[in-house]
Amino acid sequence: MDAFEELTNRYERRVYSLALRLLRHEQDAEDVTQQTFLNALEGLENFRGEASFATWLLRIATHAALKVIRKRKGLDTVSLEEATEETDRYDTIPHPEYIADWRQSPEELVHQREVQRLLEAALARLDDRHRPVFLLRDVEGLSVRETAEALGLSEANTKVRLLRARLQLREELTRTLGNPARRVIRGAHNH
Amino acid sequence: MKCAELLAALNEYVDGTVDPAICEEFEQHMAGCNPCQVVVDNLRQTITLYKGGKPIELPAPFRLRLHAALRQHWKKTHRPKG
Ligand SMILES: [Zn+2]
Repeated sequence: MDAFEELTNRYERRVYSLALRLLRHEQDAEDVTQQTFLNALEGLENFRGEASFATWLLRIATHAALKVIRKRKGLDTVSLEEATEETDRYDTIPHPEYIADWRQSPEELVHQREVQRLLEAALARLDDRHRPVFLLRDVEGLSVRETAEALGLSEANTKVRLLRARLQLREELTRTLGNPARRVIRGAHNH
Repeated sequence: MKCAELLAALNEYVDGTVDPAICEEFEQHMAGCNPCQVVVDNLRQTITLYKGGKPIELPAPFRLRLHAALRQHWKKTHRPKG
């Protein structure tokens, strides 16, 4: 148990953050976090180390969180994939509009409290189809394949959703963090 | 390569998994297209910022409840035999 408690200490923040960002509801995030570690404790013998322990835990948490999201939407019998496959194509991805060099580097920005708030707010505005992909791939550092597996999506669809998420976040962040004096306007010939 | 085609290859380019032939075209396009160059910079910075962000702390009372629940579950399932 001491070893498991050690693992819990190490990973509880990541699991809770993922759950809270996916669900945007504290009580639900707490329930999912607790369920994740209980499941992990029970299934510890099944952990074969093909993936890292963190990836395995985040997968359990993702499944639990998606279940909550589906229940909220009344989609108990339809998978998230089937329900939402429609419009994820490259040719409908919005083009970048606000393009400007940032006033500060990410290294300078990352410690600022108001920047952390901006990051969370921009994440919250992502569509439910795009947020999980971005969280697993870019925030938690899973590979595209691991992200696709955790979400029950094809790799192709995962990539398109990731691109949409990344571009939307770029757009929002640049509107706040970009230097208006360094704004670049796309010429007509560029299209 | 046109701006729209660059957009479609953007993920692979920033992740460093783009095919070398496409990579060359990509970089040629950026050299002649400042807006695309800045979009790529912005996107890299966006990802770096999210990767570098701190995870959210558990509310203290919940953390205590979580650890208590885990210890209790462990006791229930690992009762000494006899
Ligand atoms: Zn361009």
